[in-house]
Amino acid sequence: MFAEKYSDEIQAILSKYPPEQRRAAVMPLIYLAQREQMYVTKQAMVEIAEILGISSTDVASIVGFYTLYYDKVGSTYRVQVCTDLPCALRGAEQFLEGLCNNLGIRVGETTPDGAVMVEAVMCLAACDKAPMFQVQSGDGLSYHENQTVESAASLVAELRRKAQSKRRDGHGR
Amino acid sequence: MKMVNLTIDGKTVTVPEGTLIVNAAKKVGIDIPVFCYHPKMEPVGMCRMCLVEIGRPVIDRTTGQVVREDDGSPKMQFGPKLETACTTPVSEGMVVLGTSEKAKAGRQDIIEFLLTSHPLDCPICDKGGECPLQNLTMEFGPGESRYLYDEKMHLAKHVPLGELIYLDRERCIQCGRCVRFQDQVVDDPVIGFFQRGRSLEIVTYSEPGFDSVFSGNTTDICPVGALTTTDFRFKARPWELRSAASICTQCPVGCNIAFNTRREAVSGGKWVIKRVMPRQNEWVNEIWMCDKGRFGYHYSKSAERLTQPLVRRQGELAPATWEEALSFVAERFQQAGDGLFSIAGGRLSNEDLYNQGKLTDSLGGKKVLYGTMGGGDLTAQSGLVPGSNFSDMGKETAILVVASDLHEEAPIWWLRVKQAAERGAQLIVANPRPTRLDAYATHLVRYPYGSEAGALLAMVNTLSAKRPDLPEAVANLVRSPELKAAAKAFAEAENAVILYGSEGTGLETSTALAQSCQNLLLATGHIGRINNGLVAVWQRVNDQGAWELGWRPVANLPEAMQAARALYVAAADPAGDDPAYLAEGRLGSQEQAFLVVQDLFLTATARLADVVLPVQAWTEREGSYTSGERRVQRFYPVVPELADSYADFSVAGQIGKRLGLDMEIRLAGRTFARLASETPAFTGLSYARLAEVVEQWPIVGRGDLYYGGTTYENSQGIGVQLPLTSAGGLSWPKLVEVGMPKIGLLAVPITRLYDHGSTLLPSSMLHQRIPEPYVVLNDQDAERLKISEGAAIQLIPAEGGSWLGVRAIARLRSDVPERIVLVPRSFGLPVAGPTVVSVRLAERVLA
Amino acid sequence: MDADTGLPSQSQNGQYLLLRHRDTPSIGELEVYRRLGGFEAWQKVITSMQPGQVTDVVKTSGLRGRGGAGFPTGMKWAFIDNKNWPHYVVANADESEPGTFKDREIMEGNPFQFLEGVAICAYAIQANAAYVYLRGEFWQLAAWLDRKIAEMEAAGLLGEKLFGTDYSLHIYTHLGAGAYICGEETAMLESIEGKLGQPRLRPPFPPSYGLFGKPTVVNNVETLTNVPLIIEHGAEWYRSLGTEKSAGVKIFSLSGCVERPGNYELPLGTTFRELIFTHGGGITGDRQVKAIMAAGASSALIVANEEALDTPMDYESVPRVGAQLGSASVIVIDDSVSIPWLINKTMHFFKHESCGKCTPCREGTFWMMHLTERIVEGSATLEDVELLQDVANQVKGKCLCALGDFSTEAVLTGIERFRPDFELAVAGSAVAN
Repeated sequence: MFAEKYSDEIQAILSKYPPEQRRAAVMPLIYLAQREQMYVTKQAMVEIAEILGISSTDVASIVGFYTLYYDKVGSTYRVQVCTDLPCALRGAEQFLEGLCNNLGIRVGETTPDGAVMVEAVMCLAACDKAPMFQVQSGDGLSYHENQTVESAASLVAELRRKAQSKRRDGHGR
Repeated sequence: MKMVNLTIDGKTVTVPEGTLIVNAAKKVGIDIPVFCYHPKMEPVGMCRMCLVEIGRPVIDRTTGQVVREDDGSPKMQFGPKLETACTTPVSEGMVVLGTSEKAKAGRQDIIEFLLTSHPLDCPICDKGGECPLQNLTMEFGPGESRYLYDEKMHLAKHVPLGELIYLDRERCIQCGRCVRFQDQVVDDPVIGFFQRGRSLEIVTYSEPGFDSVFSGNTTDICPVGALTTTDFRFKARPWELRSAASICTQCPVGCNIAFNTRREAVSGGKWVIKRVMPRQNEWVNEIWMCDKGRFGYHYSKSAERLTQPLVRRQGELAPATWEEALSFVAERFQQAGDGLFSIAGGRLSNEDLYNQGKLTDSLGGKKVLYGTMGGGDLTAQSGLVPGSNFSDMGKETAILVVASDLHEEAPIWWLRVKQAAERGAQLIVANPRPTRLDAYATHLVRYPYGSEAGALLAMVNTLSAKRPDLPEAVANLVRSPELKAAAKAFAEAENAVILYGSEGTGLETSTALAQSCQNLLLATGHIGRINNGLVAVWQRVNDQGAWELGWRPVANLPEAMQAARALYVAAADPAGDDPAYLAEGRLGSQEQAFLVVQDLFLTATARLADVVLPVQAWTEREGSYTSGERRVQRFYPVVPELADSYADFSVAGQIGKRLGLDMEIRLAGRTFARLASETPAFTGLSYARLAEVVEQWPIVGRGDLYYGGTTYENSQGIGVQLPLTSAGGLSWPKLVEVGMPKIGLLAVPITRLYDHGSTLLPSSMLHQRIPEPYVVLNDQDAERLKISEGAAIQLIPAEGGSWLGVRAIARLRSDVPERIVLVPRSFGLPVAGPTVVSVRLAERVLA
Repeated sequence: MDADTGLPSQSQNGQYLLLRHRDTPSIGELEVYRRLGGFEAWQKVITSMQPGQVTDVVKTSGLRGRGGAGFPTGMKWAFIDNKNWPHYVVANADESEPGTFKDREIMEGNPFQFLEGVAICAYAIQANAAYVYLRGEFWQLAAWLDRKIAEMEAAGLLGEKLFGTDYSLHIYTHLGAGAYICGEETAMLESIEGKLGQPRLRPPFPPSYGLFGKPTVVNNVETLTNVPLIIEHGAEWYRSLGTEKSAGVKIFSLSGCVERPGNYELPLGTTFRELIFTHGGGITGDRQVKAIMAAGASSALIVANEEALDTPMDYESVPRVGAQLGSASVIVIDDSVSIPWLINKTMHFFKHESCGKCTPCREGTFWMMHLTERIVEGSATLEDVELLQDVANQVKGKCLCALGDFSTEAVLTGIERFRPDFELAVAGSAVAN
């Protein structure tokens, strides 16, 4: 179970907030629960609710409100290309289209091996380094700036290899 | 309290400082429209419907004086933006414009926005006709929408949030009233918002879904047809409905309710109950009710109801005429004389109990209240005095809840006690195991089962009068700092109230507990003043009324019945509750007493009877109940009576008439008048008096349903609280030593909201919430006994007897004290008080 | 001139004040930061100043909030309710406004100066805990800050009984998870508390009712990064930078159609022209500047005429060309850009980021997005443009927080100031030239 497996991490997270304000730990705990499978299982929501003394619906509400949390199984990696105004003025939309063409998928779709999903997202605060994207996985997020379709495509290829070996090791999806 | 003067739409208003503009307006009859605001919840300012223009007098910074225009009037400064009347408190000299062009335009804008995402399905919507969105659109809307119809979102229309509440996602306007009600009001946040922006939706991720006992209230306060109950959904249109005032009969709170009925062809042109709604009584249930009350009324329309008298002939119960049955009964009662033994249930009205009592007394017989709680005489001496109201309790009040799982025993009292604690009341929760009230407690006292009276006496001891011989079981408790702190808080509070329930108690322990409670109140001077006193969390709606009218429970009913020559059992089912009555031939055998049963159903006891007399349900007649707070309240006929049927008081009266007694048989009101003239506490009361109403706040249920929801306005009586009877002196209770047995376990009765009572089971929609008969064991004990979760077990009483092999499902909990078995009442498990038992696995596993 | 970047230096003596890593790339190492005088201000306030004195210095310095609203920082600190304890500091590192990317650079490059600012603020209001709320996307940055905080703790700069006094302070990072609205200070507080990131009603304001219901100062990263300098060099020195009413330096995030997008640390009052043409290297390619958004996607559209280009970028001057300085996130739009396309972009953003709490924003952004979509697709009529303007006016001034109003800025000024673009879009063409 989540609570047992990560008891040290959970304790470390809880220690950041006043003891009578345990609920404040819900966001970091959801990230933790998302670590392995890139989504929060219902069971994990129940466990988080128990740890914090709130209802599992309270936990689900938080999962639903924020875009970096997922309540359904998805790809191992999400390549999230910023196409907001400043990036779009610097060719982000063409970049996204080029990348998807290169991968043979449409925006919002996942590569056939289930490894990488490519989607457009809102501003990532890197407007001067467009085209850019972030990669989200259970392990967190990383920024990739001043990209070309080629540099991005080779990163995607690498992510697909990593996803495969993750699966072999029995982690991830 | 500082008062503030302001003007709203030209009307001068004077209200207490801190009042919100929307409420100040409402008080003088100005409707500022709202969707998200609800007078029972904190304002959130989400829907923006209540936008008004607000002007404030300009204050000269140097002098602190109001700047005046040339004509002497104060110079006003209006903000550049419209402001929300629901979040803005009044201030001196403020000018509020709710009908200016700017304000009107603002409201039109908000309505238009709301309708961009709202379906046009009013003609088939359950809320149509009593829908705030519909009403406010008619009154304040722009009359047209520029939003393209085919750009509207299409969302799921039949989303079950649980088995009782459905969500129509298209209709939801995201006002959050339901979510906030569950979170802030009843602290059961099992529904929440999911996603954000225009995708915001109401969801539950809890198991099993929206299962709060207060869930029905969300449908009342929902300002659109998004939330509907399974009971009423697609069943009728609001404008077809008539309403009748009534009182809920499911617990001693006495929630004021309204029944909605209509005549319908599908039911053969009969008047049929379509739903139950709360009716405002700010002293009792405010504008809320629990789901048991809302959905549990179906028994009154059950097809299993008895429709004619039955008389035993050649060993079989056979239909008879009223004349035959009543004459037979009268003859046998006459023969029995002082051997008449009356057993009445607390479900009966004051009038019923009065007449049955009169009949019994006249013959010199014995009146027994069916039940296992004591202390009704003490609640009459030391109860809440008229004018008391949980809503007024806060910082200056201490509330002690002892031996009660209040959330299960009386949900609305749980809510009101919780809210008093939130207003700052000292809440002392004394119970052997954790309950849902603990979260709000300022003091928690844990005592062993059976030692509730001892625990309270220990509190008295820390304060004043020393009673030396406290039982061993509470020896440690006496020394505990928690108990001392609790006692101190109770003693020091200006006002103090005790609610005692029946968690783990039988009649003896309950009686001792009640006396201990009274001792604590006497010792701390908390009697006879408003918001002070003793309240019993009875098991039946009118147990308090029965005590007021001289009915008393007996410790050992089977034994007490031995001397009876005739038994007159009304609204009670001893044989159903304890199969031993069947096994041991105590009831119904020919050598035993003549048995008359008066009931709605052919109960287990009725099956043993010599004569069975059917009666009217409370929805078919008039009457009154006395609540646990000693408030006498009227209920009115809701649907026409069944042909050839009588109310309980009339049946008793007709038997009495045949015995030559002067008894009222036709009118409940006249019966009540007799009762009032003979019962000191009721002096001066009449049906007219009980029907009196006063203006209540918040204003609800008039034409403007937008404000408080669809709760009904109280136009038929808020009831009258009885004055205290002569005060009792300090007397020490007889403490019953309930020690843990050397071997075996101690089974104790507890109360669950959803039980197997005959007045609940006919409501099939609640069946998912009514479990199989079960008992709760400590998980360590269970491990030792090799009993696993869900196993079928039997309890074997140490004193012998088999209880006819009644089986139950074992549930295991770590928060049940060791060697304790919790046995829910009204599940067919005959544990009437602390009982030593052994537990064994049943041979046959229950399905 | 700066050797690494070739950019002009900022203060009198030719050094960066906030983006100091550009002068000293290793300033993110504790030892380097301390060698350059780092944490002397921190030690100074704890060991020799009363909390109120610290607030007074910041008040006198004229420092105004750099997150967008420009509220006087010292005044905010002075509002803290001293009858209600404990107090908290929350550093707003949620940087999510399209066009804004300055806080990230500060925290990545010059983390200790920022953290020192957090600490001094905490001392000034006697808070013993401070939270740095980072947008969830700043995952790696949060880990970096956690390391920097740990280094400070190890060096006795954070923790219990600091510098031999009774004062204790802990700084914690808290990651958001993808919600622009959490940059609104009360939504941020709700978010830290583990609730939906929806704004609260104001009043009460955070200095009286903030995090966990306790008095709280919420300041932007850049604002706090100024504070150690003010303590070190004094309020008068700080006032001498910038303009009379807009003291100090500011980081201008320059993006869009310019040659050298990036952060530029300049005195308040620098003109748009200097930023765009001198520092930013002018417009990309063979294009003309058409419009400017001075405060990211929340901006009014400034018609980039000569008068506008010569307008000093400070809190007082920008309103004269019909906009606000806000967070000084300057998005440059050239003449190839269709304004309807642009506002469709911003509407997508605001519709996506609307929290849903209040009706006009929730429904209005959704509706405006639909309308701009139609206009961009060329399937609209002029009636739709009028309607769009109506809807924007319907939203404006009626929302619970500023997001709703922000969403209307580009729409209303776009239609008003670039009407030909809309007429062309309705007629099926893209740009009015």
